[in-house]
Amino acid sequence: MGRTVHALSLRHEIGGIAAVWYREWKVFLREKSRIVASIVNPILWLLVFGGGIGRNVTIPGMDYQAFIFPGILAQAVLFSSIFFGVYIVWDRKIDFLKEVLVAPMSRTSVFLGKVIGGATDSVVQSLILLALGAVLGATGAIPGLHPDASRFAAAVPLLAVTTASLVSVGLIIGALMESPEGFQLVSSFLIFPTFFLSGALFPLDQLPGWLRPLVLVDPLTYSVDALRHALLGRAHFALQLDLALMAGFLAIVLWLGSTAFRHMRI
Amino acid sequence: MAIVELAHLTKRFGDLTAVDGVTLDIAEGEFFGLLGPNGAGKTTMLLMLTTLLQPTSGGGSVDGFDLVREPRQVRHAIGIVFQDPSSDDTLTGYENLKLHGMLYHMPPALREQRIREVLALVDLTDRQGSIVKHYSGGMRRRLELARGLMHRPKVLFLDEPTLGLDPQSRDHIWTYVERLVVETRITVVLTTHYMEEADRLCTRLAIIDHGRIVALDSPANLKRVVGGDTVTLGVATPNLAALGALGFVDKIERQAAVTRLTVRDAKSRLPRILAAAGPVDWVEVRPASLEDVFLHFTGREMREAGEEGGWAERSMRYRSATR
Repeated sequence: MGRTVHALSLRHEIGGIAAVWYREWKVFLREKSRIVASIVNPILWLLVFGGGIGRNVTIPGMDYQAFIFPGILAQAVLFSSIFFGVYIVWDRKIDFLKEVLVAPMSRTSVFLGKVIGGATDSVVQSLILLALGAVLGATGAIPGLHPDASRFAAAVPLLAVTTASLVSVGLIIGALMESPEGFQLVSSFLIFPTFFLSGALFPLDQLPGWLRPLVLVDPLTYSVDALRHALLGRAHFALQLDLALMAGFLAIVLWLGSTAFRHMRI
Repeated sequence: MAIVELAHLTKRFGDLTAVDGVTLDIAEGEFFGLLGPNGAGKTTMLLMLTTLLQPTSGGGSVDGFDLVREPRQVRHAIGIVFQDPSSDDTLTGYENLKLHGMLYHMPPALREQRIREVLALVDLTDRQGSIVKHYSGGMRRRLELARGLMHRPKVLFLDEPTLGLDPQSRDHIWTYVERLVVETRITVVLTTHYMEEADRLCTRLAIIDHGRIVALDSPANLKRVVGGDTVTLGVATPNLAALGALGFVDKIERQAAVTRLTVRDAKSRLPRILAAAGPVDWVEVRPASLEDVFLHFTGREMREAGEEGGWAERSMRYRSATR
């Protein structure tokens, strides 16, 4: 009886990534409450917070709700992406993770499949929010948000890169945590400062001196800024800087994530 | 040729030696059992055999592939049914199998064909479209069994496949396992702490205690070692001399009106025992069991202590949690 030798092949790794993605996508489609929940919060921020504060705050040359729309998109992506990491904790609590880890594919591919799966979920949610923004802009409910197709289309790859980075962060936390409670604690400790420091809700022009460095080290700052470039046509930093820092952050967390998965205890 | 070979396989977790220098050959086509109490090191052995855990020292191979240096080849050669539920309960049975086919690089046409085959084998064809959450514990096990076989592994590992199942489902699973062994002629390595399960299914078994193999043989031979069946007689005035004269009676113990004999092949010899014993009020025959074997080799009863929640219980916990 001859032994079958299976070579390490890129094609197999891609097949494995697709398998992991397939599962995440099926689960996402089946849990519609998750989609609804992820849409409701950003809408509240945009309409209630934005509408209420917007009456009393003026951003030069811009409606406040239009100004925070890119920030709210980034926030929605932040929450759903980081939270996605909790599923790896659940997968490990039961033995489903072992079924994946014992398959003939590398841990890096398992990680990448998860990243793409989680990013797909977030991008779908973002598309719904973008559509909603286009409607609000077109009807004049949010003046200054021009429902320009090419602008909205340009936001999608920016959101995709952002969610890929943040899903990686969520998965790194998930790989290190033993319990969903621990995950919850660490992730909320991370999510809120990241959101508030990102400039999602305020312009970066006249920040107090102590606040500015904190804003500058927040990776989400550059995603929010790039989204403002795309959707509003004006932002704080140069677009090239935003894109370079987003790509750099993505590279770092992908590397950290695949390392975390390789050393993850089962 | 041995399809599984282990040489001095050892795993330490800090001060604890979970698996202690195990050397073992399993031949192709065997139904091999690893029998031992909880915490004996069976699952740790299995995790090393399935490349999920690195040995501290020693090593081994499956289908000729080295566990440490060629994990990918080993993984292609093996199927495994884990102790805890490892199917995704938000997917349907069919989707779980499709996912498995994708993970093992099966082309779509072949995948669909195999899904049909294995679903038929475990009688789940009718329920393939139901979400696994709505399966019973036994059905879920069967699905996982089907999945473990789908890529036609050379060796199938079953880690406590009936833990947490009710006796009826347990019996069902045994029937399915027996059927698949006949139909696929696969090599099976089973871990269990159920004596009855090991006795019924295994052609050969290793009794594991404290990470070591303490006995290794077929269930019948192991039972022969402990000396045979026990016949208990309720008799006020036993004719001990006549009983002692019977060549197949190895041991006689008497406590008041109860006499206990250790007998080789009690079933066929019972009439002669009754004829020799005198006026017998009642009689009880207990065939030699692996329980006796375990006691014989370890000096202890198989510990049932530390039997933590089985996979079904954990499954319930998982289901009740919100996803």
